[in-house]
This record gives sequence, C-alpha cells and structure tokens, in this order.
Amino acid sequence: MDNLNIMIVGVGGQGTLLASRVLGNVALKQSLDVKVSEVHGMSQRGGSVVTYVKMGKKVYSPLIEKGEADVILAFEILEALRWVEYLKKGGTIVVNEQRIDPMPVIIGKAKYPENIIAKLKQQIQNIISVNALKIAKECGNIKALNIVLLGLLAKSTDIAKDIWLEAIREVVPAKILDVNLKAFDAGYLSASDLEK
Amino acid sequence: MRKLMLGNEAVARGAYEAGVTVATAYPGTPSTEITENIAEYDDIYCEWSPNEKVALEVAAGSSIAGARSICSMKHVGLNVAADPLFTTSYTGVNGGLVIMVADDPGMHSSQNEQDSRFYARSAKVPMLEPADSQECKDFVEQGFAISERFDTPVIVRLSTRIAHSQSIVELGEKQAYQMKDYYKDPAKYVMMPAMARKRHIEVEKRLAALREFSDTGNLNRIEWGSREAGIIAGGIAYQYAREAFGETASYLKIGMVYPLPEKMIQQFAKEVQTLYVIEELEPFMEDQIKKMGIQVRGKDLLPVMGELSAQIIKEKILSIKTEIQPITNDPVPVRPPVMCPGCPHRGAFYVLKKLKMNVSGDIGCYTLGALAPMESIDVVICMGASVGAAHGMAKARGKEFAQKTVAVIGDSTFIHSGITGLIDIVYNKGISTVIILDNSITGMTGHQHHPATGYTIKGEPTRQLNLIQLVKAVGVDRVRVTDPFDIKEFEKAVKEETEAEEPSVIIVQRPCALLKNVIFEGPQAINPQKCKQCKMCLRIGCPAIVDLGDTIEINEALCVGCKLCTKLCSADAIVKR
Repeated sequence: MDNLNIMIVGVGGQGTLLASRVLGNVALKQSLDVKVSEVHGMSQRGGSVVTYVKMGKKVYSPLIEKGEADVILAFEILEALRWVEYLKKGGTIVVNEQRIDPMPVIIGKAKYPENIIAKLKQQIQNIISVNALKIAKECGNIKALNIVLLGLLAKSTDIAKDIWLEAIREVVPAKILDVNLKAFDAGYLSASDLEK
Repeated sequence: MRKLMLGNEAVARGAYEAGVTVATAYPGTPSTEITENIAEYDDIYCEWSPNEKVALEVAAGSSIAGARSICSMKHVGLNVAADPLFTTSYTGVNGGLVIMVADDPGMHSSQNEQDSRFYARSAKVPMLEPADSQECKDFVEQGFAISERFDTPVIVRLSTRIAHSQSIVELGEKQAYQMKDYYKDPAKYVMMPAMARKRHIEVEKRLAALREFSDTGNLNRIEWGSREAGIIAGGIAYQYAREAFGETASYLKIGMVYPLPEKMIQQFAKEVQTLYVIEELEPFMEDQIKKMGIQVRGKDLLPVMGELSAQIIKEKILSIKTEIQPITNDPVPVRPPVMCPGCPHRGAFYVLKKLKMNVSGDIGCYTLGALAPMESIDVVICMGASVGAAHGMAKARGKEFAQKTVAVIGDSTFIHSGITGLIDIVYNKGISTVIILDNSITGMTGHQHHPATGYTIKGEPTRQLNLIQLVKAVGVDRVRVTDPFDIKEFEKAVKEETEAEEPSVIIVQRPCALLKNVIFEGPQAINPQKCKQCKMCLRIGCPAIVDLGDTIEINEALCVGCKLCTKLCSADAIVKR
C-alpha cells in the first residue's frame, strides 16, 4: 500500500494523544513502518493540538505537511478549519460537531467563524460530520469521544475491525476499557448509518 | 520483539539494556518521559532530583563509584547542569556516564531555542544524535560503551520530534554488565589546580582519539544515491532531508555530531557536485566544515529559527513550493494554551490583576498568567528567576515599587532554584513578597513528584519537604498559607504582605485540578433568568465560560465544577447542572 497519512487535530485535553497511540498500534499490527508524532507540555493545556500518524513501507519525516494528509480526524469544528489545508486532494475529513471557544473568542477579541461545516462541505467531497460527544455520552463517558471518532474512521478503512479492537485493548487502561470498546462500536455503527 | 516507542521511551529501554544502575533527572519537556519510563524498571535506582545540577552530580558520583549512570534534562536544564558537566569532562568516568539532553526547536514548551550541540564542543565531550526511536535505544547503549572506552561523559542529544515521536524499536536483552570496582584516584577525581592541569592534557588527547573514532566507528555512514547533491545531516534534519530529496541525493548521515568525522566529510565532499548541510537551529556543523576549507551550502538557504520540515527544505533548496487554496477567507482565531478548567492558579492571577501588581513570574503552567485575559505577569526569564528578579526590581526602584511587586513561583520551581533567591532577599535586606503557588505536583510536565509532595518517582512515601519550615529557616518571619479560591482572603494576604517592610512568603495551596484525587462536583450551568449579564464570570478567563452574545453559557463538556466563578457572581445565577 502507499503511505497513509492521518492527522488528529483538536483541543488539548480532548484525548487526541490516546487516539493517535491506538492508530500507531493498528499500523504496527499490519507490519507497516509507522511514526506517530505527538504534542506534550505547554501546548497541551487547552491549546490547538495536532498529532501525526504516518504508516507505509518506509516512513522518514514524522510530520505531515500541507496537502499531504489522507485523513484528518478533527475533534473540534474550528480545528477542522485550521488544519484543513493539510488535507490531500481527494482526502477525507471527519469532523466532530463540537465547539470549544478559544480564549480570544471568549474575551471578545476574535469571532468564532460561522457555518464552518457547511463551508467545508461545499469544497470537500469526502467529509463526515458527527456529534461524537453525544454518542460518547450515551456510551457512558464523554471522554470516550476520541474512540467514537476512531470507530468512525475504522469503518472507512480496509483494516479489519479486530485489529482495531486489539489495538484499543493494548493502549486503553483497563479501568476504562469497557466504555471505550462500547464507544468504538458506536462510532463504527454511526459510520454505517452515514453511508445509508 | 518489535514495539512502537516514543524516542524517550526507547532511551529508557537502552539504559535498561545497557545495565544502568542509577538514573537521575529533573522533569522538563521534551525530556520528561525518559526518566518516567526508566522508573518502570524495578532494577534501576531512579530519582527526580531537585534540579539538573544535582541530578548530574548524583549521576557523576554514581559513575565514579563504578555504576553505569544516566542523567536526563531539557536543553535549558543543561545550563543548570553546566558546572558539573565541564568538570566531569576532566575527571572522566568509571562506570559509563550518559547525559541526555532534549532540545526544543520551535519552542513548543520552552523559553528559548538554544542549540545544545555547542555544549559538547565547549566541554570537549562527545555528542551522539539519534534520528528515530531505534537509534535512541542503540545510541544510548553505544554511548555507554564510548563513555567507558574513552573515559568521558557522553551527551546524547534529542530534539522534540525525536523525543516525542513514536517509531518501531526492536527490543534486545539486558546486558550482563559488571559494575566497575571503586578505587581511590585523587589525581583523576579531585579537581584542584595541580590535578586539573594534568587532566586537561588527557582531555585533549581524548578528543584527538574521538576524532579518529568518529571517522572509523559506525555512528556516521554514507548512503549513496544520486551524486548531484550531497547532504550532511543528522537527527530529525536527516529525516526531513530524506523525505525532501529521496534518491536524488547522497547522504552522509551523522550520528556522532561532535567531534565530526572530518576525513569522511572530506571524502564525501569530493564525490558530490553540490554539498549541503541540513541542520536545525545553528550552523554548528556547517561552520566546522567551512573551517576545514570545504565549500558547502546551508544557512544561506535555511533558517536558523524554528523547526525545519521537508517542505521548508523543498522550498528553500529545491525551489518547489506547495500551493494550497484556502477553503474560506474567514480569519481563523488562534487557540493559545490556557489554564485548565478548575486550575488553582486562576484565582491567584485574578487577584494579582485586580490589585495591579508588578509580577515577576516563573516557569510552569502559571506562566500562562501572562496571557489574556489575566495578563498579570510582567517578567519570565528562567527556572527560579522570579525571586531574584523581583528582588532586583525592588532594589532598583525602591520601597514603594517593592510594595507593588511580587514574585510568583510554583512549588517544584521554588525547590529547583527559587530558594536561593529567597535567601538572597533575606540576606541582603530585601522586603519582597514571594508567592509560592503550591499545587502539590510538578504540573506542566505532566505530574511528577518533587520533594514537597512526599513521594518518590516510584510512588514510595518519603520524608516530605515542609515549605513553611523551609522559608522560615532561611529567615522569613512573615509566612502565611491561603487558598487561591478564597479570593477575599488571598487578596487580603497580598495587600498586607506587600505592605510589610520585610521579606514575606505567601504559600497558596490548592492541588492541580488534573490530579486524580481532586474531585469537583461536576458541570455547572448559568440560570438565564437570574443572570444579569454583568460578565464578571468572564474575567477569570475560564475556557468553559462562553459569551454567546445574548447569553453567557457554561460549556458542559469542559466545566469540572470548581465553582470559582460562583464566587464572582453577585446574582447567584450559577448552579449545578
């Protein structure tokens, strides 16, 4: 297969790191080369965060750059807009319909752009938007929204579902495993609904 | 076994496989996970030291005692540890000594962008630079071998994208390392003038031997492709160069960045048409290669600031630009980091802003108090500097200014290097007020224990450093403890202590909201019938409280229920959801 470049973008604290670690393990299980580039430290504190997951025969740079992402998994609407130019022509973007106002908006120094998803839909063919927060809440923990989104992503790849489940079992702490497995299934099923 | 590992985690694995006995560190992004991962190995003694200088001294002692030892820090930590570094270069080692330093090009989580490679050159110690997680593990193991063979500390340099990228590592077995005997050798280990002069001769001999090793060892290698372009690069810059040039260039991949393999470089330069040095930050290799009389291109094309990337290399060297059509013309608001919902620092900075204090700040999550809407920190320099700087400001401008000035420093940072500043205030008759934001943990780097938490890195209970007794012992008589969420009480404390014409310390205690044992009552909501839209709640800069124009709302997904906002709401409009 060609290299597959996946970006996970969101707001620090939303669980993007855990999602990228699951993805990395999914790649490992398919005997591919893989690099996952993470964000730690100050920018994790409620800032705009991005992690890169690259897999393929051989991966050199861990970074995905503008126009290179096959898939962007956006945990928040404004972050989808911020990073969309990293999407490859014909690439897929999955947007969680959650709005988190950044501080400049909260203090009135900037405006949160309106109708972002509609604007994205006008220009991008492969776009899926979903209220993952609601699905995660129904599964029993809003923090599992990261795994809901992975479920959604999993459905759009050729990678067998079992591989995803195995990777989740290895990465997610035992205490919260059940709710996350449930969240994965819910995300996976919601993707089927969207296809109909 | 193949495993996906962070660079930092692979370093820890390398230390384990090399038979390390002692590991020390002070946490600092992007180096923290090295020692956190070493702590998982039961047979390695491991500690969070109070600062990097102590950490390196402990590791040096352990090395002299015969054990393989590793000490880890971020780039600015090496400034703190520079004193023992320069002299352990003279003493050399007994058991191998590896110093891990993680640079932060682009300053994802740092106050400057210094290039640590210069330390290797000025301390005359070898430096290795891995380019992925596998090399992180391998180079640490080789580092120990080099350390013992050449009788020198070895620095292994990482950068953020190596330390914090995961890639595949083939795990090995733990070596059966036999600890060296301890022997008394004052001529080697007592660095006073007569002995040090002799040791300096050894250092110069060692450097010559290391130069030869750099050429003959396996750390530097040539990968032939097209000979139109030849690229000299190491670490993450090698990966970017590979991505940008592919097979259209040949590569001299540098694993030992100091001393450089001079003969190899000369030979490589002869075989390629155009020679490039691709390196992040300073022209460290480029300057040395030019000094060898070799024509090379580098920083005439590439920036000395920030991170490189494959696209920057393509654009600046190959003149290939990636054009992207914007989706909308709407400006996209920036999203700077913020204090978390429930953060104890929020209450403290709300008060300091209200009182219009001059605030000398420090390094930690609370540095975010400099950003809107708090905007209450005036100065941040380096770890511990808040205290000395506040004292300096007071001495420069006199009593009245001193009474409007405070130093603000975290608990871990205060122990790291704030305490010496406080001793200075007392000793030199200062009257400054130091506010210790005690959140019971090292916060920014992701929750590491320190002497005042009462637990070791392995989670074992230990004698807890008592901050109150500590500041009293250095001679501060005015010490008080408050809760940052008790806004009225804290405000009173700041007013009274800054007014007093003697040194004072206010210890503001409330644990980090992200600690597992901190439990709030859950999301709050604003009752629109009661809300008078006075917007007082917006002044604390909580990311969970948003102004939607017609109404003010609390974001349910973000609010933890710390209830700081309820204390500012005169209409009692904020209630549990």
